[in-house]
Amino acid sequence: MAKKLSKLNNKPFKMTIIAIFIPICLISIIPLWVIFVASFTQDKAISDYGYQLWPRIFSLEAYTYLFTTPGLIGRAYLISIAVTVIGTIVGVTLMSMLAYTIAHRNFKLAKGVGFYVFFTMLFSGGVVPYYILVTRYLHLKNTIWILILPLLINQFSVLLLRTYFRRLPQSIFEAAELDGAGEFQIFFRLVLPLSKPAIATIGLFSILSYWNDIYQALLFIDDQRLYPLPYFLYRIIFEHNIIQEGAQYTGTITPYQSVRMAMAVLAIVPVLSAFPFIQRFFIRGITLGGLKGGE
Amino acid sequence: MFNFSNKKRGIKRRGHALSLYLMALPGMLIIAIFCYLPMTGIILAFKDYDFSGGVFGSRWIGFENFRFFFESGVAWRLIRNTVGLNFLFMVTVQTCAVIIALLLNEIYRYRLAKIYQSVLFFPHLISFVIVGYFAYAILDADRGLINSILSHFGVGKISWYSEPKYWPGILNFISLWKGLGFFTIIYLAGIVAIDPEYYEAIRIDGGKKWHEMWYVTLPFIKPLIYINVFLALGRIFYGNFEFFYNVVRNTGQIFSTTDIIDTYVVRTLTVLGDFNMAAAAGLFQGVCGFILILLANWVVRKIDSENAIF
Repeated sequence: MAKKLSKLNNKPFKMTIIAIFIPICLISIIPLWVIFVASFTQDKAISDYGYQLWPRIFSLEAYTYLFTTPGLIGRAYLISIAVTVIGTIVGVTLMSMLAYTIAHRNFKLAKGVGFYVFFTMLFSGGVVPYYILVTRYLHLKNTIWILILPLLINQFSVLLLRTYFRRLPQSIFEAAELDGAGEFQIFFRLVLPLSKPAIATIGLFSILSYWNDIYQALLFIDDQRLYPLPYFLYRIIFEHNIIQEGAQYTGTITPYQSVRMAMAVLAIVPVLSAFPFIQRFFIRGITLGGLKGGE
Repeated sequence: MFNFSNKKRGIKRRGHALSLYLMALPGMLIIAIFCYLPMTGIILAFKDYDFSGGVFGSRWIGFENFRFFFESGVAWRLIRNTVGLNFLFMVTVQTCAVIIALLLNEIYRYRLAKIYQSVLFFPHLISFVIVGYFAYAILDADRGLINSILSHFGVGKISWYSEPKYWPGILNFISLWKGLGFFTIIYLAGIVAIDPEYYEAIRIDGGKKWHEMWYVTLPFIKPLIYINVFLALGRIFYGNFEFFYNVVRNTGQIFSTTDIIDTYVVRTLTVLGDFNMAAAAGLFQGVCGFILILLANWVVRKIDSENAIF
């Protein structure tokens, strides 16, 4: 009797599950698809018929417009890339050094530094003091530094690194110390090479946080030339002025809706292409970090 | 041999400490400037800020800002929205993630399962700015996809961006869309780690699929569920700023159900220039958050100390 029932639970059951996932996955993709379709649709068709699941009137005008007047989005891309690259490299270096001191078994201040770093995850001063500090006292408004500096240290990443460093075999380091190696040497020659997966994972988190950040720009950047990509995209979706500027140069009518959608597609392309790597690292990050919850 | 190495380490330790200080310094400096220094600014919540006085020169007004914040009704609306929506999101996402993980586990042998997992995870990587674009393309009153479909079927178009009542549902759906894949991965990782022998034992005792899930799978991932739930509860006073800011934007008509503390503070600060209100709201959030995070962390530590943050 039990065997018969479990047979029932096999093929057809599994087939239904596979079938159930199809609409679920479609829903996951539809929003992206709509944007993608809109970027290849003639702008007037979007104004007349709205956003559809298939281009009413196919057109490459959005993309040709973008590629002939790169000024619009090109600069934002450059800013984002610069900020991301510098921020990630510097940030990962600083974070791993910091985590190393916290994870170090013979450092007297390790616990203190640890508390110092992790306490900030509990309580934050709030936006207002932060805003006043940056604009009034640090004079970092409208500078590229404010896009980089605040995001350099991510406490969750430091935590992840600390956990990872702690689990490294200590005997190698003891041997190195015997041989006369200093902390910096141990760190750069032994610890880092051994921690490649962890470093790669937090590097990825760093890249994603820089690439997607709009918060710093939102608060502190008025100068259009310094807009990073996501903030730029944020500004153009409801505001017409920025795109209108472009029209003055070309003297033609700017296809706004489809151009906006094309810009969004271009912003997703890097993420899409890196997707397989990202997924692998996320999963690894989760297991390294010990299955933590919360975003 | 062991003694020698101890002795040598003892002498070298002094030298090493300097290097370690140097290593920690830059990181600590950044944290000092961007995390600790702003903390001193919480006194702003008790002052009437004016530009000439700055932080320390402005007039002290005690709890005036807070009184206004609560009496004007703003506070309650924000608290209700922030806490209520976060709670709704958490329940929805965690429940669905567990169910999906259970289902995926059943078909995990097939490669299709990995594809499904990737597709579900993909929205997690999309920045909220783009999510704002999706929302616009789908919900716009004149051109959005949904309204096109609705008018196709003869149902009237709905002006989504003017009706507050739909938004908890809309936001919940978007939050699910974005978060499901992430948590499914977490739960799935927990489920596949379960020793198959437990399933064998249940099957031998005559259990069916549903017994397997109820008596084996669920108990094993219960700790994981609790951890995710409590960590989310700890952060219940903190809304996802980028989510709300990009999807709701500055659409005043729907603020009654969508305005959260985070968006209120930023808007009050940047658009209205009202430093006092923003400071009071921000401090309130910080204090509530602080207490809750400590509590939540304490609970999580009881369940599985490795996963607690502190």
